[in-house]
Amino acid sequence: MMLHGGHLLSVLIFFPIAGSLALLLLRGDDHKFIRVIAMIVSTAEFLFSLLMLRGASIGAAGYQLEENVKWIVAPPINYHLGVDGISMFLVLLTTFLTPISVLASWNSIQLRVKEFFIMLLMLEVGVVGVFLSLDLFLFFVFWEVMLIPMALLIGIWGHERRVYAAVKFVLYTMTGSILMLVGIIWLYNATGTFDLPLIQAALANGLLTNAPQTEMLLFLAFFLAFAIKVPLFPLHTWLPDAHVEAPTAGSVMLAGVLLKLGTYGMIRFCLPLFPEASHRAAGWVALLAIIGIIYGALVSMVQPNLKKLVAYSSVSHLGFVVLGIFAFHNISIQGAVFQMLAHGISTGALFLLVGMLYDRRHTFEISEYGGLSTPMPKLAAFFLFVALSSLGLPMLNGFVGEFLILLGTYQRHWGWASWAALGVILSACYLLWSYQRVFFGQITVEKNRTLPDASWREKGILAAMAIVILWMGIGSVFITRRTETATNTVMEQIAPQRPYEAAAPARGMKQAPTGFASENQAQTTSMERLGTR
Amino acid sequence: MIDHLPRAIDIYRTLPELIWCCFGVLAMLLQPFVRSRQFFTALALIGSLAGTLASVFALVNSGPGFYGLIQSDSFSFFFRMLVGTVTFLVVLAAGPYLDREPLPIAEFYALLLFATAGMGVLASAQELLTAFIGLEMSSISSYILAGYRRDALKSSESAMKYFLLGSFATAFFLYGIALVYGATGTTLLDQMANADMTSTLLKLGLALILIGLGFKVAAAPFQVWTPDVYEGAPTPVTALFSAGPKAAAFALLLRIFATVPAATRFWFWAFWVLAALTMFAGNLGALVQTNVKRLLAYSSIAHAGYILVAFAAVTTMSSESNRGAGPAYAAVLFYLLSYALVKLGAFTIVSQLGGAGEKSLTLDDYAGLSQRQPFVAAMLSVYLLSLLGLPVTAGFFGKFYIFKAAVNSHLLWLAILMAINSVIGAYYYLRVIVVMYMREPSAEAAALSPVPFPVGVNLVLLITFAGTILFGVYPNPVINFILRPSLLGH
Repeated sequence: MMLHGGHLLSVLIFFPIAGSLALLLLRGDDHKFIRVIAMIVSTAEFLFSLLMLRGASIGAAGYQLEENVKWIVAPPINYHLGVDGISMFLVLLTTFLTPISVLASWNSIQLRVKEFFIMLLMLEVGVVGVFLSLDLFLFFVFWEVMLIPMALLIGIWGHERRVYAAVKFVLYTMTGSILMLVGIIWLYNATGTFDLPLIQAALANGLLTNAPQTEMLLFLAFFLAFAIKVPLFPLHTWLPDAHVEAPTAGSVMLAGVLLKLGTYGMIRFCLPLFPEASHRAAGWVALLAIIGIIYGALVSMVQPNLKKLVAYSSVSHLGFVVLGIFAFHNISIQGAVFQMLAHGISTGALFLLVGMLYDRRHTFEISEYGGLSTPMPKLAAFFLFVALSSLGLPMLNGFVGEFLILLGTYQRHWGWASWAALGVILSACYLLWSYQRVFFGQITVEKNRTLPDASWREKGILAAMAIVILWMGIGSVFITRRTETATNTVMEQIAPQRPYEAAAPARGMKQAPTGFASENQAQTTSMERLGTR
Repeated sequence: MIDHLPRAIDIYRTLPELIWCCFGVLAMLLQPFVRSRQFFTALALIGSLAGTLASVFALVNSGPGFYGLIQSDSFSFFFRMLVGTVTFLVVLAAGPYLDREPLPIAEFYALLLFATAGMGVLASAQELLTAFIGLEMSSISSYILAGYRRDALKSSESAMKYFLLGSFATAFFLYGIALVYGATGTTLLDQMANADMTSTLLKLGLALILIGLGFKVAAAPFQVWTPDVYEGAPTPVTALFSAGPKAAAFALLLRIFATVPAATRFWFWAFWVLAALTMFAGNLGALVQTNVKRLLAYSSIAHAGYILVAFAAVTTMSSESNRGAGPAYAAVLFYLLSYALVKLGAFTIVSQLGGAGEKSLTLDDYAGLSQRQPFVAAMLSVYLLSLLGLPVTAGFFGKFYIFKAAVNSHLLWLAILMAINSVIGAYYYLRVIVVMYMREPSAEAAALSPVPFPVGVNLVLLITFAGTILFGVYPNPVINFILRPSLLGH
């Protein structure tokens, strides 16, 4: 296969589109064939994405594998793609979880199979596009594109209250994103470009200065959209509904990848674009994050519903990530990035396991289970392994992220770290306690006595997840070495270079350097030409 | 000394309208002699297409016509193309509909073509009385078309309401013209450019004109007629109403804005309030609808509100300086285009699914549509998502440009109100999609065989669908055209 290195990122975006079009045009209703096609497409996509590791050099600053093509003339919008250490691994996470989701839906999806896999692939397109976009407008396009497949995945193939959950999910997300659109346009008006690197360059050179109040409003417009996605307490209420009602594959993608879009957005946009507002808001954000950590953990503890328990544990774990980001410390941001990946794998695996239990018994109630380790020892072993990784056992993936976050946060503010550490303890409580109630003890429900253990397909999925969990725990340097440059860049961008008293009150560019100015000027004049009639 | 004979160039510059009128008259004259229904459909298709193509000819020969009464420029070209295409598509969709109901066919097409000619005149008028004639041509034809299913009670109600309220609004418009004439001594827009805006008479006249046009575009508080009229009219006519006359009335408003700067300053707050009221009236009204046709009617009120946001943006920009209003103009034009495509497509589907006598119009009838007719459900979803403003559809760019115009002219609050309205809108558009995809049909609905979609209807859907996606992915050709500096040329 000819793969021009220069277009790898476009391939990553368009290959699943081509795959889903192929599925769409497919005649006939041979479910097995459809599944095999979906599996091939998503696996090939994963292999393609691995090429990024080879293509991107370690330690190089800035974005790599960039593609920049003009898309829309007025206002000038470019199809600008690129990766750095942070987005690269998030893309890998997405492309890894998609084939896993396909496998997980192999038998459990029997209705409208073709549409299901089309939606799954379109979801992958949207998410990968969000991670790869370097143009604010393009970013927004993908951000919205992924909404509909996810809503349909929940709404068509979900459980009893699926419609309610799907609509709630869309409305919550749209509320945030439409305000972000206003923010994006505002930013365009101030700079004359949607291009993220150009805006960052303008900020770094002090060419673009926002009045403190304006900057705060812009920060909030972006932050709200991301905070809903994460979700940050108290905006988390859509999450338990969406998770519980979604089919297993939907939950895996939702928890594994979609929640990361929020934290990714904070790292990529909120911090570098609005450094002073971020500093001012940090205290409040950290407070909400810590409340989220503890609140999520406490609610998990008392959940009678196993899937909801895992969902609330996401609120808690993502609270760590947000805390790590807003602690503004090299190490804590490193930890946040790592924790995003680790949570994607661990929680994804937990949802897979919960889904496997559901496939057998069609219930999420913990009280319906108990003593399952006797009929299904293999599944129980995998569950324990994943639960341990999620609660942060050293040598497994969850530990690295949480440790780095706490380490970095402690140096910023010891109080924040102490409160957050409470979350680590609580997560051990609710995970182990729920494990005990599900797998140990006496078998109380007669049906459970004869449940089949993990099938070959399930063992394959779980083994893949377990290997990644172990590898991330032991070989974490492989990842941190590659994310380090990117996180350091973010830290440089957020470092207060100028006190904001010195910031010019007028918004907009004061004077522009050569390259930026000429391009900027050309862009604005084309839009204003009409007024002079 | 004015030579009272029209010159050839005047004919060229009004050629589209003339062609539409001629074909309308032809349809009426041939009606007693030709029995074939296909013949009239073909005639109307040829007529609407010929007029639309003739607008290219009018563009080539651009300039003022009939001593400045009309203006043939890129702007009028855009709107002639738009209303001509709309008519063409409505004819395509109406053929099967008229056969199904069954209704007489020749008069329908004649009225349709007259209405189109009226809209063309409205979009190219450079003088207020000419605009009035255009408005009347399109309105009177519309009144009759609304009541075309005269056996149906709702259709008669629709025509009656439309006629009474419409003629009332036209009276406002005419009275406004009279007052403006009294204040300025002219009805030519060009000559009003330097009018003294302190004159109370002129202000009153402009206010009355705004009320008259506000009625035509269904701006709150003049929107009350819309749901009833839209619901009662034959659905292809509803499609026309939501796309054609509205675009033409907005065109006239834009033309007044562009030529009479004083009016724009005067109108700013009026547009701000109209926009806010209209968005909320449309979206809140749509929330509780269970009839899809009514729901779309309310949604078109809401969309008029979004367009009015761009108008408010035009007013602030041109009041600061005459520069920079271009993008806001472009926003309106692009929005009207994307909106017309989407509404035509959506109403065509509604018309076809309605069945004989338009019986199946409620949301319940749409339950489980995705299983009975997956392609139709998918298309309707795309149209709804475009109305909602999601990317990869033309509606997204339309909304984006309006947001941009609003933020550009520092109308932040209006932009935020629009954002809130978009989310409200999301709820009821999604509800239709949810019903189609996530609800099981009732027992009798499940037993129904799929509604057939004739070739004409499929063609309409294909064109509107392709347009919606194409302009959603690659809007450059349109944007380049409507950002031409010579858009409203002299």
